[in-house]
Amino acid sequence: MSLMKNLLGAAVAVALTAGAALAEPAIIFDLGGKFDKSFNEAAFNGATRWAEETGESFREIELQSEAQREQALRRFAESGSNPIVMTGFAFGDALSEVAGDYPETTFVIIDMVVDGPNVRSVVFNEHEGSFLVGMMAAKASESGTVGFIGGMDIPLIRKFACGYVQGVMAANPDAKVIQNMTGSTPAAWNDPVKGSELTKAQISQGADVVYAAAGGTGVGVLQTAADEDILSIGVDSNQNHLHPGQVLTSMVKRVDNAVYNAFSEGPGLETGLQVMGLGNDGVGYAMDDNNASLISDDMVAAVEEAKAQIISGDLTVHDYMSDNSCPAN
Amino acid sequence: MGFFEIFDISLQVFDSTIRLATPLLLACLAGLFSERAGIFDIGLEGKMLIAAFMSAAVAYVSGSAWVGLLAGIGASMAFALIHGLASITFRGNQLISGVAINMLALGVTALMALAWFSQGGRTPTLLGGARFQNLTLPFAETLSGVPILGPIYAELISGHSILVYIALAMVPLTWWVLYRTRFGLRLRAVGENPAAVDTAGISVVFLRYAAVAICGVLCGIAGTYLSTAIQAGFTEGMTANRGFIALAALIFAKWRPWYALSACLLFGFFFAIDNRFQNITMYSWLAIFALFAIAAALIFAARKSRLDMAVLGGFGVILAGLGTALWLGVGLDGTIVLPVQLMQSLPYILTVVILAGFVGKAIPPRAGGEPYVKER
Repeated sequence: MSLMKNLLGAAVAVALTAGAALAEPAIIFDLGGKFDKSFNEAAFNGATRWAEETGESFREIELQSEAQREQALRRFAESGSNPIVMTGFAFGDALSEVAGDYPETTFVIIDMVVDGPNVRSVVFNEHEGSFLVGMMAAKASESGTVGFIGGMDIPLIRKFACGYVQGVMAANPDAKVIQNMTGSTPAAWNDPVKGSELTKAQISQGADVVYAAAGGTGVGVLQTAADEDILSIGVDSNQNHLHPGQVLTSMVKRVDNAVYNAFSEGPGLETGLQVMGLGNDGVGYAMDDNNASLISDDMVAAVEEAKAQIISGDLTVHDYMSDNSCPAN
Repeated sequence: MGFFEIFDISLQVFDSTIRLATPLLLACLAGLFSERAGIFDIGLEGKMLIAAFMSAAVAYVSGSAWVGLLAGIGASMAFALIHGLASITFRGNQLISGVAINMLALGVTALMALAWFSQGGRTPTLLGGARFQNLTLPFAETLSGVPILGPIYAELISGHSILVYIALAMVPLTWWVLYRTRFGLRLRAVGENPAAVDTAGISVVFLRYAAVAICGVLCGIAGTYLSTAIQAGFTEGMTANRGFIALAALIFAKWRPWYALSACLLFGFFFAIDNRFQNITMYSWLAIFALFAIAAALIFAARKSRLDMAVLGGFGVILAGLGTALWLGVGLDGTIVLPVQLMQSLPYILTVVILAGFVGKAIPPRAGGEPYVKER
């Protein structure tokens, strides 16, 4: 028995030193999985891009349950991976527990702020990106009524909504915005049927462009918008290809850039808060062949002008999360 | 707001009600067959989910929605038979088997979707014949000019997927099978007193398997409706607890087919309202009146037994208190805003009230949940 113990101990020690010697970066994908056509997939793409360009490799894990969060973090940290990137605000609690125990390891959390000397928190200015697509929605709308469908009713989604409304109002002060939230439980992220019904309800109230910031529920929104022949706006990743010619644009969060940057900078990356906004290509609107026919030059000119003003600071978009209220409705 | 505006909005809300009630109704009837035969089934959700996935996947591959429907029904029946095997043949705990089926379906669909299509647990978008299109009933175009009745026919009755009409036709069919055929009589008997059925020389095991299989077919149609009729593809966990809401509707309906129709329409109506209106502004005198009326009805109904008095009476007093608080706070000529969360929780509140014994007792089939053992 004791021989067995010694052997096992030796094996573990070897494994640990081997891991430490490699110091590969690691990435942890949240519950959606790395092929979710959205947030996690964008992160995966960023990591793959880094691996292809440098010829090095990275370690990864897809979480299967809530309980694995802390476990996965500790395992990567103990095996010497550095830096460790995690996607999604849900890692917040687990990371604040773990980060202090591994001062030598650098952690990067995306979409959440965690304080710690060895933590980089990457947040996105979703309100700025939403502002731009809001302007496009108002310009593309013929009825003067546009819609917003959020997933779960949390401050982050309100931030999307608030930026969007401000953008709509900036382009057309007389426009009307109908806002719906899918629900107040996590099930609201995965209910495309309800997304469809909300879209139909908004269409019957006159909306002819609908912006979905609702995860899997958004699939139903985009589908119904295409069925009913109105325009929709995708979110997070470029969703223009889902219904070519019927998705006006997508508000993209460049999660891939955040991961790519972290991996490139390596273990010595600068910690603290990193804001990805319009200025450093952290957020933006998607343009490709699928939506080229929907976007007029006039639209692009107006949006680019607003973008330049936001970057230079001449135009400020109110952030809902700064004071939990929105000046526009 | 003019009459026609209100008419238009109510038409849209009722239209949405029908779409939202259909999967509930199918799942509710599925549960009705199973539970009437004495097999509790909380695995409705899981069976709908696997059917939603299978039908979307097969419809995409084959290009035909009908082939997809068959695949969905097949997958759902396979899961129903697992439940049957566990709870009839091996006399296991029916609740545990149901929970297992829900968990299995959630995992299996995500895994298979990922392995098969690698699109993040989704199936590709269904186009054309791979999806159930909305039917336009005869004369819908010509009649739509007729005032009042025209739009009702053209928008409310016409223009749904064929699965909606199948679901509605299932209600009288279920009633007829359960109450007018020998099979139905035996099926109900097996849920009340299996020993008596056995003594009469009829196989309890066969009847229960038949009920579970019918349950599988109906859940299969429900799941297929979600992924290939209202949606054009499967997304992970897309049933979004509809199977459990159907169970609530089943209790609300006291295990009767026509009541099941009204319960599902009522739940669908609440969901439609909550989709159409986020916050409802209402005259406070109306709200106060409604609160007092419900409170009075509850207290009136609570006289029957001591338990009711505690539960319903307490509930009534709370509502009356709320009404009084509103009266004093807002007054009779103000307006109040009903939050959207209230509408969202109404179906559940109603079920709790029903379970507490309002509108008569909801008495489940007597032998429900108990495996039948021939000899002890």
